[in-house]
Amino acid sequence: MNGAQALLQTLIQHNLTTIFGYPGGAVIPLYDALTGFPEIRHILVRHEQGAAHAAEGWAKATGEVGVCLATSGPGATNLVTGLADAMLDSVPLLAITGNVARPLIGTDAFQEADITGITLPVTKHNYLVRSADELPRVIAEAVRLARSGRPGPVLVDIPKDVQLEAFGGVIPTPHARPIPPAPSEEALETALEALRSARRPVLMLGGGAQDAAAEVTAFARAWRLPTITTLMGLGTLPASDPLWLGMPGMHGSVAANRAITEADLIVGMGLRFDDRVTGKTSRFAPNARIVHVDVDAAEIGKLIRTHVPVRGDAGAAARWLTQRAVPFALPEWEAQLDVWRANTITHDTWSAGYAVREIVSRLNPDDVLSTDVGQHQMLAAQLARFEKPRRWLTSGGLGTMGFGFPAAIGAKLACPESRSVVIAGDGGFQMTAQELATLTKYGIGVKIAVINNSYLGMVRQWQELFHEERYSEVWLGDSNPDFIKLADAYGIPGYRATNEQELGSVMDAWLNSEGPALLEARVPNQHAVYPMVPAGAALEDMIERDPQEAQPRKEETR
Amino acid sequence: MNTDHLISVIVRDEPRVLTRITALFGRRGYNIKSLSVGTTEHPGVSRMTFVVQGDRGIVIQAIRQLEKLHDVIRVIDHSEEKFVDRELVLVKVRVQTSEDRVEVRQIAEDFRARIVDVGRHALVFEVTGDEGKITAFIEQMRNFGILETMRTGRVALTRGSNADIPSHVYSGGPSRALEPLITPEVSAEASL
Repeated sequence: MNGAQALLQTLIQHNLTTIFGYPGGAVIPLYDALTGFPEIRHILVRHEQGAAHAAEGWAKATGEVGVCLATSGPGATNLVTGLADAMLDSVPLLAITGNVARPLIGTDAFQEADITGITLPVTKHNYLVRSADELPRVIAEAVRLARSGRPGPVLVDIPKDVQLEAFGGVIPTPHARPIPPAPSEEALETALEALRSARRPVLMLGGGAQDAAAEVTAFARAWRLPTITTLMGLGTLPASDPLWLGMPGMHGSVAANRAITEADLIVGMGLRFDDRVTGKTSRFAPNARIVHVDVDAAEIGKLIRTHVPVRGDAGAAARWLTQRAVPFALPEWEAQLDVWRANTITHDTWSAGYAVREIVSRLNPDDVLSTDVGQHQMLAAQLARFEKPRRWLTSGGLGTMGFGFPAAIGAKLACPESRSVVIAGDGGFQMTAQELATLTKYGIGVKIAVINNSYLGMVRQWQELFHEERYSEVWLGDSNPDFIKLADAYGIPGYRATNEQELGSVMDAWLNSEGPALLEARVPNQHAVYPMVPAGAALEDMIERDPQEAQPRKEETR
Repeated sequence: MNTDHLISVIVRDEPRVLTRITALFGRRGYNIKSLSVGTTEHPGVSRMTFVVQGDRGIVIQAIRQLEKLHDVIRVIDHSEEKFVDRELVLVKVRVQTSEDRVEVRQIAEDFRARIVDVGRHALVFEVTGDEGKITAFIEQMRNFGILETMRTGRVALTRGSNADIPSHVYSGGPSRALEPLITPEVSAEASL
């Protein structure tokens, strides 16, 4: 057995048998070894960024570790965006890279990059493996690290000669699944007191609470706590629950943002109070005591003052508090929340919002919806109604254009019984559109919707609002491909809609077809996403609806 | 309030561990005023002492971020307990005249500074002590003309008979020292 074989055997031990990768000089021994391991399914992508995002999609949809593989130098650096994305969104990821042979390391050899140096700030930890014998131990530790505490990406860099070196050891059994620390009784008692005295309470759930969805939902219902789910936490409380107030932050709901501003208690679980959620931190929840439950001690008090820090597992905290529930009866607060709840934007005319609404309204609770980044992402976050966690895959922290499509591939492979739908913009889709080849190669039935407004729409929106409509370098309409022809070039059926009727008539064919399919919705290009909290402003400074709604907007002049 | 904070970090002696830790400080904009690193009595384990400038909030955040690193076994915030600290400084002082020479030697004696090099127009002193003593010595010498100084950065140990890391953590020698016996979960819990 050589190092490469020991590595693959270790992955099988850990039940990590789907790898998204791309071969190259420094991983040829690994690809050679793959031929002897039929248990391992290798998915050949067309760009390493696609491999990383597909592995993220796998991990986000399942909660299990996603695996990606790349060669040294340029292969490895192409993973960096995916690693940074996984770091900010706490996605458990194992990235395996080849490197030049040990004697060549540090000599500026062909296709050499100091990838452990490069990825230092965007991984939880990384390793340069120095001998075949330590390889299985390192992999086991990397997997444990990726899963433990706040999950994240771990990179293992393996020199080519280590892959070929004879392995004489035994493959260790996997580490036990890490158990998150239980919060202290003392902290929970303080949280309980805070809950008991609250008159305008709000529960905020982030992506870190999604695996405790049952517990936190029971907690919210037992106390009758109005609940906000962040962009990363959508689906943690079922959207059909009357307690739900929507999403907070820059494009959050009126109800969520007003509730935060007026609340006298905020219980945050598994969230890190990102600036897109808080707006101006000094004016975030000015009247509230903050209870913050998080597994990561470094997040507590990092951005906003925390009155009751509860370090530990959200599920355990929720169970403890549920047992001591005294349901709120706060008619005034509830009436106020209902007034805010009624303040929503309809998308009745043909627009990106209309197209997104029509798509998400046809999804089943088991379908996985991925998005790319931009206006369509915020529209989908506002309009989709998730009943379960891990059905919503989006790049929250890093805001990575090009994320959605490969993530949907990873999700479809992880959950073959579920439909995997991606909504992308015309800009972001082109950042990883070459993965159409991956769909074709394996017949992966991802349903792609490209919301084409011929613009980098979110940048356009900012230029419109904050830069006197100077639309600098955001027009894509003169050079976008024919997306239907593009899909066709890869043998994938395409559907186009340019108005409500066309969309209605192609929708079922697109969504329910066997195998992959692409839908292009050509929408007017001037719409903006509302509500909106301008960057750096307080949540209470939210612009609830389009101020230009009444007057015609500056039309296209290109 | 911006003050100096003394933090010791006990780490696994792995390649790049110093980069990993200083990069964490750098990225978050915490200024390191001094840093000294050395091996410990346990093979495979090194100890770093930082002086970080910032308000209390920054220091707490720095400690919590450090505790998340896999290579970090333990972080000790010296403001929480009594400690001893020392710094070693080499100071090269200009001596123009024989009167200067006599006076400089006298001051050095008062400070228990040792002369480690004697040149025609300069003397090199070695001073060990806490920050106040060293600052005072340098102030005295400034009158004569300081040609250059080199400071090691502060090192610190908690007072008393307990070790900062109980020896059972290392029992069984260097291989055990590299096992994650003190998990980040446990050490971070202790800080809250």
